[in-house]
Amino acid sequence: MAEHIPILRMGDFLLVSIQVEMHDNLALALQDDLTRAIERTGARGVLIDITALDMVDSFIGRVIGDTSSMSRLLDAQTVLVGMRPAVAITLVELGMSMTGVRTALTVERGMQMLREGLSEARDDADTEI
Amino acid sequence: MPIQKSETLPLRSDQEVVLARQAVRRVAQECKFSLVDQTKIVTAASELARNTVIYGGGGEMVCEVVLEGPRTGLRLIFSDQGPGIPDLAQALTDGWTSGNGLGLGLSGAKRLVNDFDIVTAPGAGTRITIARWR
Repeated sequence: MAEHIPILRMGDFLLVSIQVEMHDNLALALQDDLTRAIERTGARGVLIDITALDMVDSFIGRVIGDTSSMSRLLDAQTVLVGMRPAVAITLVELGMSMTGVRTALTVERGMQMLREGLSEARDDADTEI
Repeated sequence: MPIQKSETLPLRSDQEVVLARQAVRRVAQECKFSLVDQTKIVTAASELARNTVIYGGGGEMVCEVVLEGPRTGLRLIFSDQGPGIPDLAQALTDGWTSGNGLGLGLSGAKRLVNDFDIVTAPGAGTRITIARWR
């Protein structure tokens, strides 16, 4: 059976913590699994924790960026958390600035961003009525 | 240039790309590279190893520790017997891709290392040598 990265549900949000070495097919499987999980659960936010990743190359970076765009189209915000400084330095030098991907330093701040985003969205919805 | 240590790893699948970058990480740590330098060479290795698998139809990576006077370097040689690169200048341009990637593999890897050399010709495979010095 193909490997999968577990996706946890916490209320309105989905949590993914990448704890294994990412090979390309695993990254693509995660993209597939996450978009399906958003559809199935109606989740409004996705938190992707990459604290354990000691390297993000252009392929993994692109999969993360694409996943964030796909989630947005499915009405869920994505926050990427836990990027190591050496990974950030390398990614930018590589030419990937990951524009369009929201980030937070820690899981806690990332969750806060998702909660704030959701309550703003609800306030907007209330005003429209 | 004396070679202190050399190992060869096959590159035929994305699992072997992972094994290759783990080997590069281990050797970079043994050479006492800084964390940022380790990450740069491992990332460059990942880009080039993937190219070897996807565009070169598989090949191998040679990982060497080289000594040049007082400095220690990590040299990686990626080679395949694939179709080669017809237009090298184009392939080294940011954003140009023959596949469905972002086109950052070659140009990005080049920015992450100190030395970058590529030998390729249509039908004659590709051989890329990179090095990072401590």
